[in-house]
Amino acid sequence: MSYIAKPKITHPGMPKNKLGLTSSDYEGTVSTLCAGCGHDSVTAAIIQAVFELGVEPHMLAKMSGIGCSSKTPAYFVNQAHGFNSVHGRMPSVTTGANAANGDLMYIGVSGDGDSLSIGVGQFVHAIRRNINMCYVIENNGVYGLTKGQFSASADIGSKPKKGEPNNQEPIDPVSTALSLGATYIARSFSGDKEQLVPLLKGALMHRGFALVDIVSPCVTFNDHEGSTKSYAHTRQFYHHVIDIDYIPPAEEIKAAYAEGEAMPIEMHDGSTIVLRKVDKDYDLTSRASAFKYLREHFNAGEITTGLLYLDESRAEMHELMGNINTPLSQLPLEELNPGSAELKKLQNRYR
Amino acid sequence: MSTINDVVIKVATVNGTGSASANGLLMKSIFRMGIPVVGKNYFPSNIQGLPTWYEIRVTGAGYQSRSNRVDVMVAMNAQTYTQDMADVAPGGWLIYDSTWPRDQLFNRKDITVIGIPFSKLCNENFDGVRARILMKNIAYVGTVAALLDIDLDVIVKLLQETFAAKAHLIDSNMQAIRLGYDYANNNVICPLPMHVEPMDKTSNSVIMDGNTAAGLGCMYAGATVGAWYPITPSTSLMDAFRSFCSRYRVDPETGKNTYAIIQAEDELAAIGMVVGAAWNGARSFTPTSGPGISLMSEFIGYAYYAEIPTVIFNVQRTGPSTGMPTRTQQCDLLSCAYASHGDTKHVLLFPSDPEECFYMAPKAFDMAERLQTPVMVMSDLDIGMNDWMVPELEWDESYVPDRGKVLNAEQLEEMDKFYRYLDVDGDGIPYRTLPGVHPKGAYFTRGSGHTKLGAYTEDAAAYQDVVDRLLVKWETARGILPGPEIQYSKLNKSGIITIGSGGGACKEALDRLAVEDIGLNYCRIRSFPFNKDVADFIEQHDVVYVVEQNRDAQLRTLLINDIEANQRKLVSLLHYNGMPINSGFVVSRVLEEIAKGRTA
Repeated sequence: MSYIAKPKITHPGMPKNKLGLTSSDYEGTVSTLCAGCGHDSVTAAIIQAVFELGVEPHMLAKMSGIGCSSKTPAYFVNQAHGFNSVHGRMPSVTTGANAANGDLMYIGVSGDGDSLSIGVGQFVHAIRRNINMCYVIENNGVYGLTKGQFSASADIGSKPKKGEPNNQEPIDPVSTALSLGATYIARSFSGDKEQLVPLLKGALMHRGFALVDIVSPCVTFNDHEGSTKSYAHTRQFYHHVIDIDYIPPAEEIKAAYAEGEAMPIEMHDGSTIVLRKVDKDYDLTSRASAFKYLREHFNAGEITTGLLYLDESRAEMHELMGNINTPLSQLPLEELNPGSAELKKLQNRYR
Repeated sequence: MSTINDVVIKVATVNGTGSASANGLLMKSIFRMGIPVVGKNYFPSNIQGLPTWYEIRVTGAGYQSRSNRVDVMVAMNAQTYTQDMADVAPGGWLIYDSTWPRDQLFNRKDITVIGIPFSKLCNENFDGVRARILMKNIAYVGTVAALLDIDLDVIVKLLQETFAAKAHLIDSNMQAIRLGYDYANNNVICPLPMHVEPMDKTSNSVIMDGNTAAGLGCMYAGATVGAWYPITPSTSLMDAFRSFCSRYRVDPETGKNTYAIIQAEDELAAIGMVVGAAWNGARSFTPTSGPGISLMSEFIGYAYYAEIPTVIFNVQRTGPSTGMPTRTQQCDLLSCAYASHGDTKHVLLFPSDPEECFYMAPKAFDMAERLQTPVMVMSDLDIGMNDWMVPELEWDESYVPDRGKVLNAEQLEEMDKFYRYLDVDGDGIPYRTLPGVHPKGAYFTRGSGHTKLGAYTEDAAAYQDVVDRLLVKWETARGILPGPEIQYSKLNKSGIITIGSGGGACKEALDRLAVEDIGLNYCRIRSFPFNKDVADFIEQHDVVYVVEQNRDAQLRTLLINDIEANQRKLVSLLHYNGMPINSGFVVSRVLEEIAKGRTA
């Protein structure tokens, strides 16, 4: 949402992706968020992910609602179409856009207020429809633009900058998504780019609804002692469950994994996600055991991160609706209109 | 004295007993005899058990609106018997199920009461509770056929078509028809002096409701994405669209659909989906009613300001709040014209019957894409859910959809730089691009303040520049929207202005007033913002009666607000009890105003 053009910095030595573009080709305008905001780190991770994936910029659709997080699509990939919609309604706009043209890659950037308070209805129904999109929640537990009110993701006992601690149960987007059947569920931290970038790549390439819940601290209103969404708190209670490496299609797995440490999973486009199991007891294909694990670690005050659930088998929205492969928006009238003779014929029923 | 082809039949039944097909059979039989008919369904917001009525007006003159009179009442519902008897016009007839005798106290001296033992006849001839209830309905069709002289062969043919796949049902239905028919013939002098005779006035017509016609129109217009949340009385519009699409929108090679219908979680989501799909270049729409418009308002304002083609069908019902969901009104004119916060105003189209619902569907998409703005088609329950006789629908093969100013890849390639909100042509309509077409076409769509170049702004002049340009577009809209239907004679100093489903009642009223030497000119508005012809019409008359179906004279308010019409000329005739307007109301209100000295 910035109106300050960002100077394009480039030099001949910059690495290029498969399209011959450099990472600076994936930048946006200058961020107007507070210095040190977690969201700016997420923006940088998104830029790195789409650059490394070699996404054609104009084939990316950047969707958002309202709030600090929802401003960020202006800060990455200038040559992509952006849609900054109304508060809490990004999922419906993305649903319609995707219904019209499933050939684009959709990234929705939302926040905890946008997705879990005002927009919780649209959030859950987008999951039920299994819309093919990457849904990022930049989760900081507060409303920034209106100066620090709690959102629905605030933990019990978390202290605000002013006033009383939160005493209502938080809505956890990960366990919510798990219960609703989301097909790719991840959590990460804006301060852990190494973990986050591969998770974003996997989410962008996953066919179906991919949630990436990212703890992204608000430096102005929720980064103090007693907050459970601060940098310090997150670093202290951060718990890696499964990290992943993303390997593009037709590329060999080059990293050396120790025996039994890594498990490759092939995705729909032929790419591979290599699971690096940090916690060997975790089964990311079972909703029941994942839910139990998440709950137990939540009760212990831990923030579980990594790829927490994956199901590559479920049909996404277009398949569920039985739609033709050609984007509906590209069908000419001749293919949609049965003509005057048929109109005459069908009216026999109305005589 | 006998009256031919001018009779109103009203059938009182209990909701959920299957009387709808019997009533349809009755009406279509008369229609097939070449006689114009009007069907009105008065039903409760209920699945089963509450009273419901169906009214068939046989109108050889071909009028379109309901009559406020009942000549033949078929009183099948004991619960409403007293009320139904009171509704019969003096000299009329009341038919009731005489299996159980009625208290003579209920009888009126000025009408003829005809008892037919429907239950007894059906219990003796059919097995099973359900069949007996259903056949009782078919039996009253037989009785009415005898009383009004409806051609039995026509009924047989209709039954054969309806039950083509279930031959045994033809026999049982025909048996029920005969039970009612023969009993009436043997016990009453048939036909009644008020009856029907074959004509040749329906051969080029169909009987259709407005929601079916609108759904069909959307399919023909090439709509590919429909998002909706079920709400009476708009639900059957999407049902119709789905039904037509399942037949005509399946790719023969792959068996896959060329349409997407999404049942949203609420109207907020439904409109969001429509906006998203339209942004991506699909013709998308949502059908809804008043409460849905309230929920959609935030997005409607967004689509206005971000300039996204959005088509909404508002099948209006009686408000405020939940109001009477199964009754009709034109009560959302103001809430739609100015839906959403901030300075917003929206294009409205006003179909008057199912025929116009069909033709206004492609028009709505054309206008929305041409003007890059929301367009609302303002139907109502009377148009949407009732059976209207309309001329057979035709499709013009030369139709080319107006997709508006959308730049393609070649045009973008040749451009130096694309700016989304520049008024290049001076008509207030900027050029748009679709995602995924060309890297140069990328822009950021936002509901926040933006400059004419599409950038975010909080600058006073840059903000105002864009909202002022939207006013230029508003004037462009005024010039290209469908103009009013006008009947004008220099002799008349007064006129009537109406919209939508008020048209039929007003036209009939003009005929009735002419008999009393009262001449009125006629103007039926078909769009908002108002065309210049509407302003001229008001200018040409000393008094203009504004006939609309709401309490607060919303159309009159719009006329004063949009074209600065002289409010002293505008006399409101308001019909807002939830029943469809009828000509008698218009006639008596005009006469009242004349008596007060309101006309020249």
